[in-house]
Amino acid sequence: MNQPILAIQNLHAGVENKKILKGINLAIRPGEIHAIMGPNGSGKSTLASILAGRDAYDVTEGEVIYCGKDLLEMDPEERAREGVFLAFQYPVEIPGVNSTYFLRAALNEHRKHRGEPELDAMEFLTLVKEKVKLLHLPDDLLKRPVNVGFSGGEKKRNEIFQMAVLQPKLAVLDETDSGLDIDALRIVAEGVNTLKRPDNATLLITHYQRLLDHIVPDFVHVLWDGRIVKSGGKELALELEDKGYDWLIKHDVARG
Amino acid sequence: MTAIPSNPDAKRVEPYVKAFERFEQAGARQQPPWLFPLRKAGIARFAELGFPTLKHEDWRFTNVAPIAKLPFRPVYDPARIPNREVLDQFPLATMAGPRFVFVDGIYAAELSSNPALPDGVKACSLTQALTTEAALIEKYLGRCVRTEDNAFAALNNAFFQDGGFVYVSAGRSVPEPVQFLFVNTGREVGATIHPRNLIIVEPGAKATVIESYVSLGNAGTATFTNAVTEFFLGDQSTVEHCKLQDESLGAFHIASLHSRVGRAVNFSSHSVAVGAKLSRNNIRTTLDGEGIEAILNGVYLTGGDQLADHYMVVDHAKANCASHEYFNGILAGRSKGVFHGRILVRPDAQKTDAKQTNKNLLLSDDATADAKPQLEIYADDVKCTHGATVGQLNEESIYYLRSRGIGLETARRMLIHAFAGEIIDRVKHDGLREELDALVWDRLEQQESVAVGKGT
Repeated sequence: MNQPILAIQNLHAGVENKKILKGINLAIRPGEIHAIMGPNGSGKSTLASILAGRDAYDVTEGEVIYCGKDLLEMDPEERAREGVFLAFQYPVEIPGVNSTYFLRAALNEHRKHRGEPELDAMEFLTLVKEKVKLLHLPDDLLKRPVNVGFSGGEKKRNEIFQMAVLQPKLAVLDETDSGLDIDALRIVAEGVNTLKRPDNATLLITHYQRLLDHIVPDFVHVLWDGRIVKSGGKELALELEDKGYDWLIKHDVARG
Repeated sequence: MTAIPSNPDAKRVEPYVKAFERFEQAGARQQPPWLFPLRKAGIARFAELGFPTLKHEDWRFTNVAPIAKLPFRPVYDPARIPNREVLDQFPLATMAGPRFVFVDGIYAAELSSNPALPDGVKACSLTQALTTEAALIEKYLGRCVRTEDNAFAALNNAFFQDGGFVYVSAGRSVPEPVQFLFVNTGREVGATIHPRNLIIVEPGAKATVIESYVSLGNAGTATFTNAVTEFFLGDQSTVEHCKLQDESLGAFHIASLHSRVGRAVNFSSHSVAVGAKLSRNNIRTTLDGEGIEAILNGVYLTGGDQLADHYMVVDHAKANCASHEYFNGILAGRSKGVFHGRILVRPDAQKTDAKQTNKNLLLSDDATADAKPQLEIYADDVKCTHGATVGQLNEESIYYLRSRGIGLETARRMLIHAFAGEIIDRVKHDGLREELDALVWDRLEQQESVAVGKGT
């Protein structure tokens, strides 16, 4: 149980000639919820994208070990099947691809990967019915094309709904709270809390403290200019709320 | 004797004129005498027009010189009749309803299924209808097809042998789709068939009509199918039509679909073009009454060196009509898709709502798409839009699907399928829609470039 689910060591990455991540170190163990906070442009979403496997970024140094395996060697679909889930900041609309069809195909890929039998349409519907309720999503969601015509809040809830169906070992939530009203935020948080188990872990990436009122992290990290400049417990988030990021940045500059 | 006008194509049309003389001497195959003027006018018009070339504005993107170079061998008798079981392999084979089968353009009664139809509904081969419904046919046949700028329709007028006939009298409806299946046996190079379909739907009546064009085997013999379908749609009728073109990769296929549409008609016509080396659908719809809703909808799926061309003219002659055209092309290999849509809004056609969309998905670097939308508007209170796009699969969508565990190839297929699905989903008849969906899915699976994203 002590092996980390995710171990990031000295991760450097960027696009073309621009360095974005400049030596990230982070270990996430089973049962833990970590929050990464930081101002715009600090590299938060880059980190999320690299974990999910978007090929727009070059990793120049360091490694990411997921459950003992080299994560960066895997294709995005392999990562997903191994249990990595990214809730997108901006989920894309995919016209013509039916939500049920899409999600059942995804789930069955996961099941095949684990050597489990695939679910037929009826079995799948039974499974997802309760999850739809958990996220307070409209009943016809599954009949609609993926994210097409969804409100911003529905898109975010749909991400957590997919997460509930796929049951990841490591969930990365990229600014899932942005653009949500307080009710939607509560629903999303409830979803995430319900899915928490001793053998999985969550990485919350957020700009604001308010999500952390509803999902209580075990650790909070502050990302600034591509590095984690401070880590602490949940009280760090409150301190940030009070003092803003400037306090830490000055601290960092003084130290450096 | 038919005079051959002196035009640069005179030599090229000569074999056609000679063939017509022989056809005429053979009593034009024992058809009623009133047909002769139509046929003679047809060959005269063809001789005058000759084959179009790339210099013709309407044929800029589609070179029919390979058709003109073929020996002209009109088929008057079927080469061989395939077994009934062979027909089961073709798309739409399991659909319920009457099915009339034509082998090399000639009606094959033994392969057809002809269940009893409700009173007031007739469906049979055109040849048979010429004996039983002569007066009706005389009133309609050739009255809608326009040949002044369509040499192929003129050629069909001259040589047509057989095809499908549907008549639905006022207020009646056909319970199941009527299907006309044209089987090309690929008998020899230049074998030419001229299918001719006539659909008459009287006021308030309802019908679903399917034309499908297939080949035996995939021998790739350079044959030529030159079809004409005429629709006469009475006021307030509801008609769904589907044309499936799935001929062998050696075949040339030209079809003209001309319709005259009455007041408050609901007409949807779907085209699915997946076969042939070169195919072209000339669709000309005249909206000749108020309150019509017309949907022209199509998907073409090509690979290798195939070319699929849809050319259409929607003529808004009366006020308060809506016409919507949606055509999606999925192009792999070195293939080419052509879309040419002209919307004509006449001075009386106020409150016209005309929309035209052509979207192309290029699956290889060598595939090309040509789109030419054209609006010609003489009324001042209208809403007309058109748009054409050419592009690749959306990378963000692929990444999203992959991030959920769906493999790259499956993700690509899902998106391509979705692109075709936008069109297929407009088919209202459930059974037909499901069959077409399965067909397109099956063909996409066979496209190598769907998987690797490179030309075949």
